[in-house]
Amino acid sequence: MNGIHDLGGMHGFGPVTVEADEPVFHADWEKTVFAGFAQLAGQGLFNLDEFRHAIERMGNARYLTSSYYEHWLSAYETLLVEKGIVDGEELRRRASQLSEDPESIPRPQPQGDERLAPRVRTLIQRGASTARRVEAPPRFRVGDRVVTRVTNPRGHTRLPRYIRGKRGTVEMVHGAFVLPDTNSRLEGENPQYVYSVRFEADEVWGEHADGGRSAIYVDLWESYLEPAAEAGRAR
Amino acid sequence: MERHGHHPEPISEVEARVRALESLLYEKGLITPEAVDTLVSAYESDIGPLNGARVVARAWVDPDYKRRLLEDGTRAIAELGFGGMQGEHMVVVENTPTVHNVVVCTLCSCYPWPVLGLPPVWYKSAPYRSRMVIEPRAVLREFGTEIPEEVEIRVWDSSAEVRYLVLPERPEGTEGLSEEELAQLVTRDAMIGVAKVKAPAAAR
Repeated sequence: MNGIHDLGGMHGFGPVTVEADEPVFHADWEKTVFAGFAQLAGQGLFNLDEFRHAIERMGNARYLTSSYYEHWLSAYETLLVEKGIVDGEELRRRASQLSEDPESIPRPQPQGDERLAPRVRTLIQRGASTARRVEAPPRFRVGDRVVTRVTNPRGHTRLPRYIRGKRGTVEMVHGAFVLPDTNSRLEGENPQYVYSVRFEADEVWGEHADGGRSAIYVDLWESYLEPAAEAGRAR
Repeated sequence: MERHGHHPEPISEVEARVRALESLLYEKGLITPEAVDTLVSAYESDIGPLNGARVVARAWVDPDYKRRLLEDGTRAIAELGFGGMQGEHMVVVENTPTVHNVVVCTLCSCYPWPVLGLPPVWYKSAPYRSRMVIEPRAVLREFGTEIPEEVEIRVWDSSAEVRYLVLPERPEGTEGLSEEELAQLVTRDAMIGVAKVKAPAAAR
């Protein structure tokens, strides 16, 4: 979707502000939120692509005025309510009750599944690769000239807007990975080859005034690409 | 302490939402305090930029390791015991006198957790994500990193599930340093590509 999350190339956000000696977490609630993803996704309640898409659906204005871990929180709320895992009314009721009186709901003394912590430890150590084996050979090879599709899907995609309709050169073939566009809708993993494609800055930005040579490398799924029609000559 | 009329510390709207969701998920057994602690302590204490720094230092002292690292980042990084969540597929890109690499994620905030830990706020911020692809030199200058016109900047937008680590140039004047001492010089910012590694005298 053409949401505000797709920030590449926008103007007007001002300088990059660096916090000195930044802590890993800025508040305890951030720890809770951070730790939610591996537990919830790790139990298969949602996948990474659904999660990213849920963040993208939080609303453009809210996205810009809330922090990174608020984005995560918003995605949990959206997905868990949509999937019927958590009751939205109950969630709002508890939040407003806690706003009135933070001690009205005691911090839990839970007896959760004691296998969850070891599972999460394994996930940290091994990860959860979305690479998949596909039988067909890659459509493109290193050095091939390609052009990205011009498309404006309403759903989730990992084809950034700033790179649509641009010509580039395949620099690496990464192997095949789950396609976010369909996996985010639970319409199948549809693994496709992913390519690192090099785009010259002038191709992307036209009259470019950054004062020197530069290129952008973007990792793109096969269906985002077409062979470039021009007389093929690697850069 | 006066109990009567006691007013607990007010909490923010977001804290209330987190507490509300947390309470429901605890009741359902979908999260546990042990799992929360496992995750938080892993990224607060164990997994951070020192991992990446060890990879870089090894590459600086061991040409054979460097070759393996640039050929298959995931495997070479695993040789040092690092890997896992958000680093399942690693590519290492080398800075040279003619090429400077820098990493961004314009769509979200993808970052190589096993070697750098969790990303700083600026990496996740709108200014960094919007500007790095269109005006890398200007952004790098804000970090105090001047890249000459003739040096090519390669901006890696990690838009898929491959994560990138920059192998910075080894600074001059570090010939006598041990691998361990070299690792101490390598900063998170240098491995993202917004800074260069400075020799010890200049590092202060």
